[in-house]
Amino acid sequence: MSAIDTDSNSNSNSDMNSNSHNKTNEWWIFAVFFSIIIIANAILLGSGSLKWGWSGVGIMMAAAFTIGLYSFLYQDNPLFKMAEHFYVGIATAYLIIVTWYSVILTDIIYALRDLWSQPFSSTIFWQMMAIILPTMIGLLVYTRLVPSISWLSRITFAVIIGFGSGLAIPNAINAYILEQLKPSMMPLWTSAGGIAWGALVIFFGVITTLVYFFFSLEHKGVIGKTAKIGIWFLMISFGASFGYTVMARFSLLIERINFLFRDWIPLING
Amino acid sequence: MRNLFYLIFNFFLLTPCLLFVFTSVFTSVMTMTITTTARGEVDVLVPLTVPEGLQLIDKPNDNGQALMLLWKKNSSANSSAPENDKISYEIIIAENQNGPFFPVGKIIAPFKTKYDFPQLFGYAKENKEYYAFEIKGYTKPNEVKAGEVKEGEKPKTTDVLLSPNVTYYVKVKVLEEISTTPLKFNEKELNEVLSATTKGNWFATNKTNSVLILIFLTVVIMLYIYWAQRNPHGLFIRKIAGLDAMDDAIGRATEMGKMALFVHGLRSVSDVPTIAAMNILGRIARKIAEFDAELKVSHWDPIVQQVSQETVKEAYIEAGRPDAYKEENIFFAAGDQFSYAAAVEGVMVREKPAAIFHFGYFYAESLLLSETGAQTGAIQIAGTDAFTQIPFFITTCDYTLIGEELYAASAYLSREPKLLGGIKGQDVGKVAIIAVLILGTIFTTCGWERFSQLFWP
Repeated sequence: MSAIDTDSNSNSNSDMNSNSHNKTNEWWIFAVFFSIIIIANAILLGSGSLKWGWSGVGIMMAAAFTIGLYSFLYQDNPLFKMAEHFYVGIATAYLIIVTWYSVILTDIIYALRDLWSQPFSSTIFWQMMAIILPTMIGLLVYTRLVPSISWLSRITFAVIIGFGSGLAIPNAINAYILEQLKPSMMPLWTSAGGIAWGALVIFFGVITTLVYFFFSLEHKGVIGKTAKIGIWFLMISFGASFGYTVMARFSLLIERINFLFRDWIPLING
Repeated sequence: MRNLFYLIFNFFLLTPCLLFVFTSVFTSVMTMTITTTARGEVDVLVPLTVPEGLQLIDKPNDNGQALMLLWKKNSSANSSAPENDKISYEIIIAENQNGPFFPVGKIIAPFKTKYDFPQLFGYAKENKEYYAFEIKGYTKPNEVKAGEVKEGEKPKTTDVLLSPNVTYYVKVKVLEEISTTPLKFNEKELNEVLSATTKGNWFATNKTNSVLILIFLTVVIMLYIYWAQRNPHGLFIRKIAGLDAMDDAIGRATEMGKMALFVHGLRSVSDVPTIAAMNILGRIARKIAEFDAELKVSHWDPIVQQVSQETVKEAYIEAGRPDAYKEENIFFAAGDQFSYAAAVEGVMVREKPAAIFHFGYFYAESLLLSETGAQTGAIQIAGTDAFTQIPFFITTCDYTLIGEELYAASAYLSREPKLLGGIKGQDVGKVAIIAVLILGTIFTTCGWERFSQLFWP
């Protein structure tokens, strides 16, 4: 028992030492990084490549945060932590502002104010109710702050899930069944009398893939072999999708490099 | 009892099918009859460049805010064909027969035919013989007092949408381009004033097939739920590899004394993948509570977070460990796609979870999250129906639930009759789709499209 205690004491001591060492390292990384950024920006401003003003400050900050986020490629470090926390904070603040201006102000406060200024009638009453009732249901979420009545928040979730499912199910039938069936039922012969290979591949691909997603039968025998063909079709399509998406990601990387070495440090001309 | 059940099952299974085929055939026959009648009413004889058989009708299957102008393809060999790009039609509209008439717009070749509006007129080949133009509104000049408009200034106008239950009067002006430089037109306004009343429709006939499929699937699923409630162990669902590994992953987290991280996708609580993910989260939370491990759940949407808190809390209570539930572990990470990815990556590298579960609908952040998770050495299980993101999960996670396996997962794990019934019902739906696909392809190949058209949107 005492041996275990000794071990745990020595572990906690070494953890404390390692933490203080890490903190010193973090300060050094910060100091070096910001010194480099400040010197680089001073040179760029001095040479006239960057113009002083809001746009110039924006470019400098964006460049620092871009490098901070890319530093994660090496390992987790204080620069990444800083960029991550800024990013999360700014994104949340932006979300609040967008919600305030485009939802709360526009759809509730201004809409109610406009209706209030009109002569009262049954139409106006129901239009006001169409705003007030959903708002009240939304506000029920805040009852979670009071444990004794927090069950009321379930009404909001029930309404959201119910509305969502009600809207999604008919659309799903249209989008995932009917819209897909139409191009899948193509003639297997061309008008010239040859085999329509494209239609044939789609025909077999759709059927075998559907068999793979059949959960009621064990994938053995004929079903198993058909499902295996189906998974091959899936994997080929995933491969194509993978390649396509990776190319799109490269274009994002190129855009960032372009920003760093054209807009910030003018190394790329044109 | 079993025979009675099969009898009821067959009745409910076959009746919607027969009803579907009958209604679809009936709708097709009715569409053909209406087309013939409409053709019979054509009695307007007009000069050569004038559209033949002009008709104004209420737009079918709408909310009563549009009209359709129809006219026959010009059959006269000597006439200027309506496809001729030198011919265009100007439409004017009024709420009174005597005006004032306001401009709707100009119809320029190539004109659309009734066949281009299958949701309104069906897929009958005869529809290719009629042109169609949709009238949704018109432009009305604003009322101005004398002296308010300065010289050379264009008067301001307002776009007015058609209203339901109003009779509108439409006139057509034929414009024939006679010279391009300078642009000159030969104009002819037709004397005929067409009229029609806008009406909203309660039932969109073009969605009949959707409704019947919905009824069919609902009945089948309800029957299977009934069956599953009576005999929960009698319904077989095949093994899904990733799910069997879930318990191992939780066990690993327990043994290592590290937490398990559940990462939600980027969809709202009303979306089907999020609901499926929530069912799986409940199951994972229960296991975690039983094993006395730690669970953290990250969110992009505050409402999803609230629902997750309820789900996890309930799971802990069910496992008899309400004291182990920590609300702060079901946390909101960030409200933006990539800041969410950055925040969750931070949690992964700093807290080094032993098991990571990615469930829901993901976008471009999928690879960032799963690659970081892989680097931390965690066992990762993912499930998504986002087709473009599945390849990234396959390459970086230990197990991936592809598409519908995500929905089947919750049924497989919980063996709840409602979920089992849903999966079984969907399987019947898939068999029906395969049958329709095979028959449709055979008939279409033989040159008979009527059958496949029954299933077109």
